[in-house]
Amino acid sequence: MLKTFSKGGVHPAENKLTANKPIEKAGLPKQVTIPIAQHIGAPSKPVVKKKDQVKVGDVIAKSEGFVSANIHSSVSGTIAKIDNALDPSGFRKPCVIINVEGDEWNENIDTTPDLIKDFSLSAQEIRDKVSEAGIVGLGGATFPSHVKLSVPEGKKVDTLIINGVECEPYLTSDHRVMLERTEEMLTGIQLLKNALGVNRVLIGIENNKPDALEHIQNIVSDKEGIEVYPLKVKYPQGGEKQLIKALINREVPSGGLPLDVGVVVHNVGTSLAVYEAVQKNKPLVERVVTVTGKSLKKPSNFMVRIGTPVKDIIEAAGGLPEDTGKVVNGGPMMGKALNSLDIPVVKGTSGILVIPAKEAKRDKEQNCIRCAKCVSVCPMGLEPYLLKQLAQLEKFEALEKNDVMDCMECGSCAFDCPANIPLLDYIRYGKVNVSQIIRNRKQK
Amino acid sequence: MNQTLKVSHSPHVFEDTSVKKLMYGVVIALLPTLAWSVYAFGIGAIIVTAVSVVSCLAFEFIIQKYLLKQQPTITDGSALVTGLLLAFNVPSNLPIGIIIIGALVSIGVGKMTFGGLGSNPFNPALVGRVFLLISFPVQMTSWPIPKGFETKYADAATGATPLGILQEGDKPVTQLMDKMPGYSDLFIGQMGGSLGEMAAFALIIGLVIMLYMRIITWHIPVSVIGSVGIFAGILWLADPTQYADPLFHILSGGLLLGAIFMATDYVTSPMSKKAMLFYGVGIGVLTVLIRVFGSYPEGVSFAILIMNAAVPLFNQYIKPKRFGEEVNNGQ
Repeated sequence: MLKTFSKGGVHPAENKLTANKPIEKAGLPKQVTIPIAQHIGAPSKPVVKKKDQVKVGDVIAKSEGFVSANIHSSVSGTIAKIDNALDPSGFRKPCVIINVEGDEWNENIDTTPDLIKDFSLSAQEIRDKVSEAGIVGLGGATFPSHVKLSVPEGKKVDTLIINGVECEPYLTSDHRVMLERTEEMLTGIQLLKNALGVNRVLIGIENNKPDALEHIQNIVSDKEGIEVYPLKVKYPQGGEKQLIKALINREVPSGGLPLDVGVVVHNVGTSLAVYEAVQKNKPLVERVVTVTGKSLKKPSNFMVRIGTPVKDIIEAAGGLPEDTGKVVNGGPMMGKALNSLDIPVVKGTSGILVIPAKEAKRDKEQNCIRCAKCVSVCPMGLEPYLLKQLAQLEKFEALEKNDVMDCMECGSCAFDCPANIPLLDYIRYGKVNVSQIIRNRKQK
Repeated sequence: MNQTLKVSHSPHVFEDTSVKKLMYGVVIALLPTLAWSVYAFGIGAIIVTAVSVVSCLAFEFIIQKYLLKQQPTITDGSALVTGLLLAFNVPSNLPIGIIIIGALVSIGVGKMTFGGLGSNPFNPALVGRVFLLISFPVQMTSWPIPKGFETKYADAATGATPLGILQEGDKPVTQLMDKMPGYSDLFIGQMGGSLGEMAAFALIIGLVIMLYMRIITWHIPVSVIGSVGIFAGILWLADPTQYADPLFHILSGGLLLGAIFMATDYVTSPMSKKAMLFYGVGIGVLTVLIRVFGSYPEGVSFAILIMNAAVPLFNQYIKPKRFGEEVNNGQ
């Protein structure tokens, strides 16, 4: 029996069109737009000004506080302006806009492809380098990674879990990293392990990636303390609470963190970034992005510089098809639909999904027939039909009592609803209001 | 690259499912039983079913269009299911006028007064059936005996149902059992009864179809049938001369039809798996209580309606177990 999480879950069509496409380097754009808030936490503070010259890897915005991350220039060139521009949220946010000139890298960065395995660094040194490099969780949540490496007083961590699940349909960026950058990724994992001081590392990979599973299993067979587990395919297994449950059967309590059950979870892409930061001094200036969609001519996996406009990489994948309805930043289950193709790729962009017009529609909402499918697919054990009703009636106290804040917005309920009810839209509305109420209460 | 892009919240893909698909799935699951009753009762089964289905659809259309001024939704299949289930719950020689009244009560009172699909607290087909049973007790309890394809309507030879024999008899059950059809007859439906409640094998095929198509889960049918088996079994073990054995209870009357098709009605059953089990056990226990100690020989319809009334309570107090409720930190 393959491991998986026990409660709820759905099986969307996988559509991994780019699973066999090696990672290609995307061309340099003419101009990059780098938002100064690409992570959860405080936005960073720009430290450059108009007309400054920057090289690849230069810091352009410094982190403000502990839960924040440095932002580096992903190109060499001249700062055109620091201004508000559309970011993937769909709103105008402060960004550093750089005109690209050549491709000159900061001299501290080792740009050779040589594999370095230097495990002499102390935990603090690793943390500092990760923090310096502005690394955030590359699975999509973009939580600053150095924070997850600093175990607070009184907590004990015994297991590091590496998330290679990639349960979102279409996306293959983690899959390709596991196949092509295996040694570097495993070195990164080793560094994370040293920084946390744990003895046990578990890598969870869904068994729809047998090539990656076999490849990594062969390499780690002689490494002590690292185990690879194939997992039964089920969405949302890549959610960290679900992954922890699937691998070691521990349940993170409501409102809690993996730390509360002695676990830290990092993504495979993040592990690669950690390797590059620690061994090569290379900050997070580029990432693997899957550009995909059934109507695209050339779906691909690209190594893309942060700040590249989405339209450039869609062009590289064969151009935007005539009948496009939606362009999504991320996967189809949790990604955000973009309102412009000038929006840049950011640290959290794992994929760009092009959806044809005929699939980019919602069917007419019908009466709820109380089939209870939303209840049985909810991985958090919530009652989406009830949360929807309460949100619609604006009964926010009852919503909070019914654990609406446990919802991680995986979309399983809306995905499975036969009456086409946009359950998650209503629940989000409820969550926004409930979190406001909680904030107000705390301030009092 | 100047196309207008649609913006909406996630998810951006959806399961290939719809209310219509689920309802027509139920219809497919009902077909084996329908086929058997046409084979067993002939023209009567065809007439009763056709009248029931057509009048349910017609009443829904008329009420939605002219009374509620809504866009009629009769193509969603739910009125079709109600029509079939109502027909399955009446004798195959029921006069046409009575069937039409049943359909009006089912759709009009049972469903549309509450706001249509999704809002009704009680199973509409059962509301219609119970209304007819109380209003037309004679017609509703003269059951034709299945004799193979019958071409005449309404004058078939009638006989009592096994549960009826049990209820009327003042002799010990062990003697009455000799007059009963054997288990194999019960299994293939060779006894008196309503149009669609008799052939255990056909109903079980329907159950398998619905489980396979993921229309329902096992929780309600298994808990209803299991609790009837256990409760009737306890009585039978206590005094076999007084009480019928559990297998008889499971195969006779409308139990299987009720457990598989009526109690599992989405709208009128609870939302969480745990509550479904309680609801199923409630139906099973009430059914046996009514059958054994009540004045009606059959109690499934009443048991389901009573438990329907309790569903809001179940939904309020029996919540699914939240993730992380039992903190297991493994340390």
